[in-house]
Amino acid sequence: MPHPNPPTTANTLFSGYGLGLRKEHYRDFLETDVPVDFVEVISENFMVEGGQPRHILRQVRERHPVALHGVSMSIGSADGLDREYLRRLRALADEIDPLFVSDHLCWTRIEGFNSHDLLPMPYTDEALDLVCANIAQAQDALGRTMLFENPSSYIAFAGESMTEWEFLAEMCRRTGCDLLLDVNNIYVSATNHGFDAQAFLAGVPADRVRQIHLAGHSAGKDLLIDTHDTAVCAEVWALYAQARALVGPVATMIERDADVPPLRELLGELDLARAYGRQPAHTLREAA
Amino acid sequence: MRLAELQREFRAWLVEASPEAAARVAGLDHPGLAVYQNNYRAQLVGCLEVSYPKTRDRIGSEAFLNAAITHIDERPPHAWTLDAYAEGFDGTLEAMFPEHPDVSELAWIEHALATAFVAADATPLAAADLAALDWDHARLVLSPALRMREVTTNSERVWHDGGDAVPLAVPAGLVVWRQDYTSCLREVSLLELEALAELQCDGSFAALCDLLAERLGEEAGVAQAGAWLAEWIGSALIVGAEVEIPR
Repeated sequence: MPHPNPPTTANTLFSGYGLGLRKEHYRDFLETDVPVDFVEVISENFMVEGGQPRHILRQVRERHPVALHGVSMSIGSADGLDREYLRRLRALADEIDPLFVSDHLCWTRIEGFNSHDLLPMPYTDEALDLVCANIAQAQDALGRTMLFENPSSYIAFAGESMTEWEFLAEMCRRTGCDLLLDVNNIYVSATNHGFDAQAFLAGVPADRVRQIHLAGHSAGKDLLIDTHDTAVCAEVWALYAQARALVGPVATMIERDADVPPLRELLGELDLARAYGRQPAHTLREAA
Repeated sequence: MRLAELQREFRAWLVEASPEAAARVAGLDHPGLAVYQNNYRAQLVGCLEVSYPKTRDRIGSEAFLNAAITHIDERPPHAWTLDAYAEGFDGTLEAMFPEHPDVSELAWIEHALATAFVAADATPLAAADLAALDWDHARLVLSPALRMREVTTNSERVWHDGGDAVPLAVPAGLVVWRQDYTSCLREVSLLELEALAELQCDGSFAALCDLLAERLGEEAGVAQAGAWLAEWIGSALIVGAEVEIPR
C-alpha cells in the first residue's frame, strides 16, 4: 500500500559558510561578488505576494544558494499548524529551491494569538508527541525534510521529563527531521538554566546536524539574552570548535539582526569560522 | 499542566501581564518571564516605529509610544507575519487624536505605501493593449497594489514635505499604488476616488461612464472617463481588460 503522504526531499550535505541576508547589505549582495557560500533569509520577510522583496531574493538566488529560516511556523502550537502559512512557505520554497528550510523548536501562536517571539516548549512526552505530529504535517506540506533550531530560553517548566537535547534527539528519530544547531543558543540556555553545554552537544544526534548558527548575546540583569546585536564571543567560539569536532563540516553562518555592522566586519567573523573549519577534529577538541 | 493550558496561561501573561498566569507558568518572580514580556512588547513597539516613522516624527516619540501601548493593549497580534501588526494603527490614532485627523491620515498613507510595496505583481496594460477593446462590454482590472480613502486634510502634502497640516477646503481622496517596485501616492478629487472605487468593484467601463455622465452630464462625463482612463493607464493602474460576453 502506498504511503498516504508525498515523499519528502532529504537535505543535501553542504559544508559552506554563509551570512544572513539583511536589508543593510542588499546592495552589496546585488552589486558585488560577496565571498559567501550561501545566504540565509528570514522566510516570513519574503512570504509576501510580490514587489521588491521577492525581486531582490530572486536576484540574490541567481548568485548564491539560499536557506529559508522561519520564525513563525510555531511547530509547538497545541492547536496545530496554520495551513495558509504552510501554503505560502511552500510557494516560496518552490520558487527559490532553497538549500534548507528551517524553523525553531518553539511555539509562537495559540488560538489566533501570535506572540512574534520564540516561546519555550516544556520538554514533556505530551509536547514531544505534538511536535512530532506537527513536524510530520509540515514536512508533508512542504515536500521536504526540515531543520529545527534549538532556541535560547529563559524559563524551564515544572514537570519536564527529559532534557532539551533528549527531546531534540527523539524528535529527529521519530520524524526524520534534521537539526540547525545554534551554538550561541546552547551557550545562553546552558548559562541561564545551569546545564552543561557539552552534554547538550554530546546528546544531540551529530549526523542530523545540517547547519550551525553563530551569533552574539547580551547580559541582562539575571540572564543572558539572545540579542544577535554583537559579535560572537570567545566562549561561543570555543563551543563552536567543540561542535565542529562532533558534527564535522556542515553549513555555518553568522546571524546579526540588530546593530548590523558593515558587511566586511561580518565577513571577518565568517573568516574566523572558516579558520575553525580548517582545523582537524583533534585540534578542535583541544581548542575547545 | 497540559500544553494547551500552559500556552493559554503564557498568552495571558504576555497580553495582560496577569500575575496569576505568571505564577502558574513559572512562578511569579521568575526573571525569565520578564524577558518574554519585554521581548513581546518591544517587538510590537518596534514594528510600529519602523512602520510609521513620519507619524512618529509628527506627534513626537512620547505620544507615539503612548499610542503604541494603547494599540498593543487593545489589539494583540494575530497574523503569522509581524508586518501585519501595523495594520489598523491608524484607527487607534483616529480614536486618540479625534481633533487631528491629519495624524491618522498620515499613518494610513505610511501603511498603504508599505502594503502596496509587497502587493502581488501585475503587468500594467499599455494604451495599445486596449486599442481594439469593445468598450461597451469591457471590464477593467485595477492594480492589486491600489489602496484608496477619503481625507479631510492636506496629509498627502504633509507626507511629502512634512509641512503644517491644514484642513482641505473640500474633502479629497488619496490613491496609493505601485509602479514597478516603487510605491506611489497621489491626492485626487472625491469624484475620481468614487470613479476608481466603482471601477475596482465592478470593472465595467460602461458603468463608469454612466456614473460620470450622471454627475457631469453626458458629454462631459464620457470625456472625463476617457481622460482618467488615459491617466490611469499611464500610471500603471490598469493591469487587465476583458470583454464580457452579453447573455
